[in-house]
Amino acid sequence: MALNDKSRNEAVLKAITANRLRDGEVIFLAPGPDLGWVERLDDAALFEDATTAETVLAAAKAKAEGEQFAVDVYAFDLRVTDGQRVPVKTRERIRALGPTVRIDLGKQAAA
Amino acid sequence: MNHIAPGRNAGVYSYDDIDRRFVAERVEQFRAQVERRLSGELTEEEFKPLRLMNGLYLQLHAYMLRIAVPYGVLTSRQLRKLAEIGRKYDKGYGHFTTRQNLQFNWIKLEDTPAILHELAEVDMHALQTSGNCVRNVTTDQFVGAARDEVVDGRVYAEILRQWTTLHPEFTFLPRKFKIAIMGSDADRAAIRIHDVGVFAKRNERGEVGFTFYVGGGLGRSPFVGKLVRDWVPEEDFVAYLEAILRVYNQYGRRDNIYKARIKILVHELGQEKFTQEVEEEFARLRGPKYRLAPEIVDEIRRRFGGPAFETLTDEPESFQAAKAANPDFARWVAVNVLAHKVPGYAAATISLKPAGGIPGDATSEQMELVADLADAHSFGELRVSHAQNLVLAHVRQDELFTLWTALEANGLGTPNAGLIGDIIACPGLDYCALANARSIPLAQAISARFADPARQQAIGELGIKISGCINACGHHHVGAIGILGVDKKGEEFYQITVGGDPTLTTAIGDILGPAVTADETVDAIEAIVEVYLSNRHDGERFIDTLKRVGHGPFKERVYAAH
Ligand code: HEM
Ligand code: SF4
Repeated sequence: MALNDKSRNEAVLKAITANRLRDGEVIFLAPGPDLGWVERLDDAALFEDATTAETVLAAAKAKAEGEQFAVDVYAFDLRVTDGQRVPVKTRERIRALGPTVRIDLGKQAAA
Repeated sequence: MNHIAPGRNAGVYSYDDIDRRFVAERVEQFRAQVERRLSGELTEEEFKPLRLMNGLYLQLHAYMLRIAVPYGVLTSRQLRKLAEIGRKYDKGYGHFTTRQNLQFNWIKLEDTPAILHELAEVDMHALQTSGNCVRNVTTDQFVGAARDEVVDGRVYAEILRQWTTLHPEFTFLPRKFKIAIMGSDADRAAIRIHDVGVFAKRNERGEVGFTFYVGGGLGRSPFVGKLVRDWVPEEDFVAYLEAILRVYNQYGRRDNIYKARIKILVHELGQEKFTQEVEEEFARLRGPKYRLAPEIVDEIRRRFGGPAFETLTDEPESFQAAKAANPDFARWVAVNVLAHKVPGYAAATISLKPAGGIPGDATSEQMELVADLADAHSFGELRVSHAQNLVLAHVRQDELFTLWTALEANGLGTPNAGLIGDIIACPGLDYCALANARSIPLAQAISARFADPARQQAIGELGIKISGCINACGHHHVGAIGILGVDKKGEEFYQITVGGDPTLTTAIGDILGPAVTADETVDAIEAIVEVYLSNRHDGERFIDTLKRVGHGPFKERVYAAH
């Protein structure tokens, strides 16, 4: 994932992710007050402000873990470039899409 | 004990009722644990060690299930079951690993009890594939077949499996513990990079004994196993290992995960002091309780059964004619086929490394095809090699052409065993939660660059090994050329090492220079190969030339453009 110079100037946002307990599926925190989860980064809540992200993360983590819904809940950085949500780290990009060596598999396949 | 008669499958240990009951109980136990986790009775913190004890990891995209293939030997029936599980519960493929296991990458926690139940139907499980126990014992993929074999390592690997599985002292070791056994002079099991490497041999009287190397390992701090005893008689095999494990259990560090492996203990105590501790412990516990009686060894050997080999001669006419008429077949034979101890037979490596392919991955269809071919040509038995390939160990030479034709038609006939395209690569950042960088795309780019089989053969023996982080699951430290993925400010970079050697002359590779990008790495490999070819003397392997000319010319060439 080569980030072009333009994208470096885009604001860094945050999203919250986890793995669903029962099947391990990568999930993202959905927008809205009820702290629900979605399977696609495109549908995830984005946070411009790190402090807000931290607060929501704590609440989402407590709820998701308390309800045995998700494990490994954490926040990560991304940018929106040309309308595309692109995680800063390759690791998160691969989680959001699927293995780069099997583009027929994972979330990228259903796109 | 009411054990089943050895089946028609050659050389596969037949489980008895005790083994079966134990595995079945463990499946039910795990089923209950999964239910308690899903209902919230168990927290993730409580559950994680339990799932790891059953080979279940959480990776980037899903859970990963690591299934044990004890000493790498499978029946065709077991491979068919793996194919079926791949299709039913995963995405139609699996990944064979350097520890001779199989990993599925897309497993659901809620399906795992059912999967383990299905595995148990064919005497398989995921025990001892994770956690701080004695892990699945590995050995030569040509065990029981190779012409150069002196001792059949399977028998002793199985003795260790039985002895360690339920051993209460060894379930919570300071850290995981890996043992490898080799029974011929050519070390095909990389024994000196294991916690314990056992070299089985015979004395002048034909008696079996073992050389013990202890404290090898890769990862963050790589060490070559140290010689602890040159000759341990067969009857003391278990006692000696027990002594080693006791010393480890007593002195091994539990306070620091990076210092917990036995390699650190051996390093810190020193070879001499460590050996002395082991010898003292051994002297204390040696006695009837730990004596490995010849009858036990014989019984286990008997339970492996034995292929009913026919009386044949080497190089039958039809085989010679097929080679003469078909150069591609002849090349495959020259590269992928090994001499068998029984005249007229051969051991064939099925490469899971097609040019541009994913090392070690096999689809369910390919597994089924190989299972059928194992039935047709190798007594229904096959092996997984630590190089992430499959092996049919007992093929009649006059059937090799038929075998090759079927393999070739299904993308499994790549003639590159031990050559530059036969790359070992860990799953890396495409799957692994611990990775710094991807491994697989690099392996694909390199094998595609060197796709030409004639060129590969001309380059000769050269092992490239790639790991996506310092844990070194891809054995990069002992690659003739090793590649380690590193993260530099969020970008993937690769550190190249040269001169590693996984055989008995074990060596850890040296870093060639600063890390480079993926594209630069492929060019660097090409440059290294060119320097080798232009400097090589007759009969020299890459590592021989490297030893003679030193790093200088390689370094100069690789970093010329920088
Ligand atoms: C994808 C999930 C995997 C995880 C989480 C994982 C984790 C680890 C860790 C943490 C270590 C270092 C242990 C230590 O030094 O104490 C290690 C070492 C190792 N793993 Fe893996 N591994 C994975 C996959 C694999 C695969 C696919 C293979 C085989 C291709 C493999 C084979 C090995 C080997 C050979 C070593 C080094 C030998 C040693 O010193 O123990 N692992 N692994
Ligand atoms: S070497 Fe690192 S990246 Fe590769 S499988 Fe092991 S832990 Fe994962």
